[in-house]
Amino acid sequence: MSTTAPAPTLTLDRVHVGDVLPELAVDVTATTVVLGALATRDWRPMHHDYKFATERNGTRDIFLNTPNQAAWFERYLTDWTGPHGRLGTVTFRMKDSVFPGDTMVFRGEVTAVATDALGCGWVGVEVMLTVAGEDGADRIMTTGSARIAVPVDADDNPWARGPDTWKPGDWKA
Amino acid sequence: MTEPSAPGSSPTTDDALPESVAAVIGVPQYEGDAGFDAEMGYVWTSLASVENGNPLFWDADVAEALAGGPIAPPSMLSVWFRPHHWAPGATDNLVPLQVHFDLKEAFGLPEAVMTDNTITFGVPVRPGDRIRSRQVLRSVSPPKTTKLGAGRFWVIDVEYLNQRDELVGVETYTGFGYRRDGSS
Repeated sequence: MSTTAPAPTLTLDRVHVGDVLPELAVDVTATTVVLGALATRDWRPMHHDYKFATERNGTRDIFLNTPNQAAWFERYLTDWTGPHGRLGTVTFRMKDSVFPGDTMVFRGEVTAVATDALGCGWVGVEVMLTVAGEDGADRIMTTGSARIAVPVDADDNPWARGPDTWKPGDWKA
Repeated sequence: MTEPSAPGSSPTTDDALPESVAAVIGVPQYEGDAGFDAEMGYVWTSLASVENGNPLFWDADVAEALAGGPIAPPSMLSVWFRPHHWAPGATDNLVPLQVHFDLKEAFGLPEAVMTDNTITFGVPVRPGDRIRSRQVLRSVSPPKTTKLGAGRFWVIDVEYLNQRDELVGVETYTGFGYRRDGSS
C-alpha cells in the first residue's frame, strides 16, 4: 500500500449506541429494478418482465431482487462510514416487495459499538427499508442488521486486515 | 409477500421429506465457478445500479492506499457465481442457486421467493480472482401456508472461496417455494 491513505471519515470513538444514520430516499423506476437485476446477474423474469411478474408471480409489477437490495444496504452504510468502513455481516428479511413508483427510504440506528479481541472496531446497525403506502404511512419492506468495521483511530484501516485478523462471524465452512 | 415463519439454520430431519431431499441436507453440492473472473466493469455496473460513489471502488489511489489495489464491493459476492444466461452448447437456460430450483422441482412447487438473506464477508474479491462456490441445503420446513400460497421454506448456504482457497464469504438464503392454488 504505497499511496497515502485518506483520513477516515468516521472512527469508532465518534459512534455511540442510539446514533441515527442519515436517511437515504430513492425513487424507484423500472430502470432501477432492471439495472439492479442485471448488475447482479439475476436473469429471472420477475425482475424485468412485467407480464411474468404480474401473471405468474401475482405481484403488481416487477420488483427489486435480493442481491440488489444488499448492494443498496451496503451503499447506505458506507455513505455513512466513508471508504474505510468494511462490511462484516449483513442480515435482512424482506417483508414485501419494492416496485417501480415506490420511493424507498433507508434508515439505520446504531445498536452496538465494540472492539474485538483482535483490535477490530465494530458497529452494529439496525437497518430498515420503507416505502410510503397508499395512506401515506410508511410500510416496512425490509428489515435487517449489519456489522461493519470502522477504524478505531485515525491510523487504523479495517481493509488492511487479512484472514487471520478479520473475524466478522463464525464461519460455516 | 409473506409473514415468513422460516425455519432455523440447523439441519432438519423431517420424516416427511423425500429421501432424495433428506439425503442432501448438509452435503456440499454444485461446486464450481461461473466461468469468468471478477472484473471492474461489472463492479462499476453494480455501483451505478445503486448510485454508490464510494471512492474505494472508483479511485485507484484510494483503493491502493486502503486495500492494496482495486477490490469489488463485498455485497457483490453472489455476482461472481451466477452463470451466464446462455452459453455455447447449453441446451437450457442456466440457473444459479441450483439447489433452490431442485427443491421447487422435488416438491412440485412452481413459484418461489426469497425471504431472508444473511451474508458474512471474508477476504475481498479482486479483479482477476476466480471465485468458486458450493451450495449446501441446511433445512426444509414442513408444509406451510402463507398468503402467497401453500409450500415449504428452505435454507441454503452458498460458500465462496477464491483461487487461493481463502473464504470470500457465505450467503445464507431462505426461500419459500409455493403453489398459488393452495395445494402443496
